[in-house]
Amino acid sequence: MKTESLLEKALESGKFAVTAECGPPKGADTNILIEKGKSLLGWVDAVNVTDNQTAIVRMSSVAACSILKQLGHEPIVQMVTRDRNRIALQSDLFGAYALGIRNVLCLTGDHQCFGNQKEAVGVFDLDSIQLLKTARDMRESGVIIGGEPIQKAPIFFAGAAENPFADPVDWRVIRLGKKVQAGADFIQTQCIYNLDRFETFMSQARNIGLTEKVYILAGVTPLKSVGMARYMATKVAGIDIPEELISRMAKAPKEKQAEEGIKIAVETIQRVREIPGVAGVHVMAIEWENRVPEILKAAGVGNRPAGVA
Amino acid sequence: MIVAELKEIDEIRKMVDRYSSILVVGCDSCVAECAVGGARETQLLASALKLSYLKDRDEKVITEACLDRQCVDDFIDGIAEQVPEHDVILSLGCGAGVQALARVYTDKPIIPALNTLFIGETVMRGVWTENCLGCGQCKLGYFGAVCPVARCSKKLMNGPCGGSRGGRCEIDPETPCGWDLIIKRLEAIGELDRLSEYVPPVNWSTSHSGGPRRVIREDQKP
Repeated sequence: MKTESLLEKALESGKFAVTAECGPPKGADTNILIEKGKSLLGWVDAVNVTDNQTAIVRMSSVAACSILKQLGHEPIVQMVTRDRNRIALQSDLFGAYALGIRNVLCLTGDHQCFGNQKEAVGVFDLDSIQLLKTARDMRESGVIIGGEPIQKAPIFFAGAAENPFADPVDWRVIRLGKKVQAGADFIQTQCIYNLDRFETFMSQARNIGLTEKVYILAGVTPLKSVGMARYMATKVAGIDIPEELISRMAKAPKEKQAEEGIKIAVETIQRVREIPGVAGVHVMAIEWENRVPEILKAAGVGNRPAGVA
Repeated sequence: MIVAELKEIDEIRKMVDRYSSILVVGCDSCVAECAVGGARETQLLASALKLSYLKDRDEKVITEACLDRQCVDDFIDGIAEQVPEHDVILSLGCGAGVQALARVYTDKPIIPALNTLFIGETVMRGVWTENCLGCGQCKLGYFGAVCPVARCSKKLMNGPCGGSRGGRCEIDPETPCGWDLIIKRLEAIGELDRLSEYVPPVNWSTSHSGGPRRVIREDQKP
């Protein structure tokens, strides 16, 4: 074990790991967060807490992680480079670690034009790979950017995202390699609907030996309705939903579409589990966290002891 | 060159309504190339203002002039005789031109008629694109002469991000993905290997983040 992370422990044990996303509330209400957290408790190895996802202002991911940790979760703090410069990001890495958070997912973040603060400055002082390297350099060398030593360096289990469905297609796995080279311990992918393309991506990753060096968790987002499927396919950056999946959702009667979406998610988990090199699954049920347990149960990857006593 | 666009006439009027004589001054350099502040456009704006004030029965004195460059003193002197006869200068220069006029004509209000946008190129007649942010340490040599700082919406140095789709940026389907351009260009010149290395954080202190910049060259001083 390189860190105190319980996610690392789960992955190292060789079992199929399960993480889920938990979006903080739009406001300071801790009850919403606690309710979401409770519904996931005992079902996942770690919980990702999003950082102002799609550039919508929400409770800070560090604060929400701390609350979820008190609840008994193993939190993964997501950090985007869109809103904070390297001073603030490094400071938050210290702060998150001081609060007992042991996992970080380093992201660039959706452009601010998608959110509810479209006139904001986009900071982008660092990119996601540079932030990842920063977290790793703290852990390996005990330094901040520029090489200055720090007292009690945070020892994070550090991850990054990768989108197998973005373009240029052949470049995705090269970029994955760059993230591994920069120090990624684990990768959580964009939501997978196009399984053929994901399989190609995984075989490319295996061919250059990346699955030996990094844990890849396959991203799954259950569709709530055909409307959501169409919206995500056309309006959300980096999402690839094949037409046949959209028509499968459309064929289901309106009141059964949610069930159909959950069925698709379950099938996806079962299929990605069979792909060599997939170390686990990352379920991103957007404002639908309470349905995660039944998805995991149906997929046969469910119930596990709560991460933290 | 510097690319700019003309402000709405209403916004310009809000700023100059209070004066009774206006000297409209163009600049025949960058802003003439992007067809917004040269001699022709200066004439057009002066005429539009005259018409607008005529409609309101406001008899302002509106004079037009155009300098070869609004950002160099030798040229700025070209309007020295007209300036005292007017209450205000309405400049069709870029932000640098407006401020240069203010430095030279210390007792005169200077009002901008343009929104200065970016350093860019004329792609074709009527189309200008941004491709330099003046970061102060050009790395184009590593990126196939396509700038990741100016042409990636997130200034990614280790791109592309997950929002690149069909060669287009996630922010807008009309915007080409800068990283798609970088990869294609390096592929074309056989230098894709340049992208395999991790690019460390950019030193932004040479950009505007280091405060307003200046260049001093002793060999050029009088």
